Amino acid sequence: MAGHATTHVDAATAWSGKVSPFNVSYGKLMMWFFLVSDALTFGGLLVAYGYTRHTTQAAWPIGEETFDSLPFLGHGYPLMYVALMTFILIVSSVTMVLAVEAGHRMDKKGVMKWMIATIIGGFFFLGSQAWEWSHFIHGSHFGSVEILSGEHTGSRAIVKGHFGDLESFTVVQAGKHHKVGDVIKETPDELFHHFRTAVMNGQVKDGKITLHDGSVATWKKHHDEHMELIIKTDGNEHSLPKVTKIHGKDAEVKYWESVNSGKKGAIIYGADLQSNEYGPSQYGQFFFFITGFHGFHVFSGVMINILIFLGVSRGTYHKRGHYEMVEKTGLYWHFVDLVWVFVFTFFYLV
Amino acid sequence: MERDDIIEYSLDAHHSEEAGKKIRRKIWLVTAILTVITAFEVAVGAMVHQDNPYWWVVKLLFIGLTLLKAGYIVLVFMHLGDERKVLKYCILVPYFIFVIYLIFIALTEANAVHQAWETYGG
Repeated sequence: MAGHATTHVDAATAWSGKVSPFNVSYGKLMMWFFLVSDALTFGGLLVAYGYTRHTTQAAWPIGEETFDSLPFLGHGYPLMYVALMTFILIVSSVTMVLAVEAGHRMDKKGVMKWMIATIIGGFFFLGSQAWEWSHFIHGSHFGSVEILSGEHTGSRAIVKGHFGDLESFTVVQAGKHHKVGDVIKETPDELFHHFRTAVMNGQVKDGKITLHDGSVATWKKHHDEHMELIIKTDGNEHSLPKVTKIHGKDAEVKYWESVNSGKKGAIIYGADLQSNEYGPSQYGQFFFFITGFHGFHVFSGVMINILIFLGVSRGTYHKRGHYEMVEKTGLYWHFVDLVWVFVFTFFYLV
Repeated sequence: MERDDIIEYSLDAHHSEEAGKKIRRKIWLVTAILTVITAFEVAVGAMVHQDNPYWWVVKLLFIGLTLLKAGYIVLVFMHLGDERKVLKYCILVPYFIFVIYLIFIALTEANAVHQAWETYGG
């Protein structure tokens, strides 16, 4: 095993060819080869994303409109969260390079300190990504709407504004658990969860919602505010969409007409692999694939960092006389940061 | 027999306390640069919208800044700038040739498909 070789081997005799190509060790060169191939994979994914975006006939979503929320603070902070994630990853890259630097001075305590910081940063990034995915999958309270009447019939619009909280359901037709006249009071979020499910399944029709136990109810809710329907159609070669906006009463009438139509898919909430409320289905698919593939790299990076950290704390590398293992995992970790820089630009910024 | 592929040795694996100080100063400087660039990108992204007629300038600026950030990460954090020149170019040149070609060919094809849909498509 690699860990047993504790004697320092003269560079001139290092490889079996009696030379050391590029003056680097075998392990480091192989790490670079791997990173180049991995970079080609990510390059291919981002180019495929660009290809799809340029071919599509539908208007492509804009990053700062799709990703404008912060935890606890709600909407209105375009790209702030992704910028924060980028910052977290850059900082963890810095702590990694400081660990490598400490290793060059044979400072075991320094290596351990900075590697712990790197691992914590990695977990923070993974947590942030989990939140981002959850937000993307659940979507907004309005979802996107297919307009069913008037001059825009058949168009799909994204909806902005504030969804008035649901207060209660009043049962008008008994089901398994509820009798006629029951008033179901839960938190607005819980009520909305039932409402969303029913709308998605086409079980909301003409002001009545069919609950999961089969009972039929009417709902009471606060008034929606500042509702705006935004219809985007394919634009010019710079993929600038043509935008039509419907405001006020007109927007509310059109929106609730679709909700009450009982038509499955008239309202799309959040995102899955079939469809999403933000734009073309490929947009969601690429989001899941690219950020997911990157997130998986971060996850494996954290795991590898933990293993190497254990090696450092047991003194394996100190006995060996150098901390090159830390440098090699560092290469992988910086690569993960490097990929994120490109994902950030091509998925979120432009 | 001793296997040469698993023997651990390392070149350039040590530096002195003083050299360390210098390197650390450089690391913090690069950190500051990367942070400022990211903050700047987000600020511009929030201020200039995609319907702006000069959006293409912003787009090019973003791509330029991204390459700048990538350069700092690869050359400083990954120490590729400190490796032998021949290694540096063996890694960077083939990659760039291939990726630039791929971007060119994919986007050209994509625009052609887009045009075809617009002209003949349902």
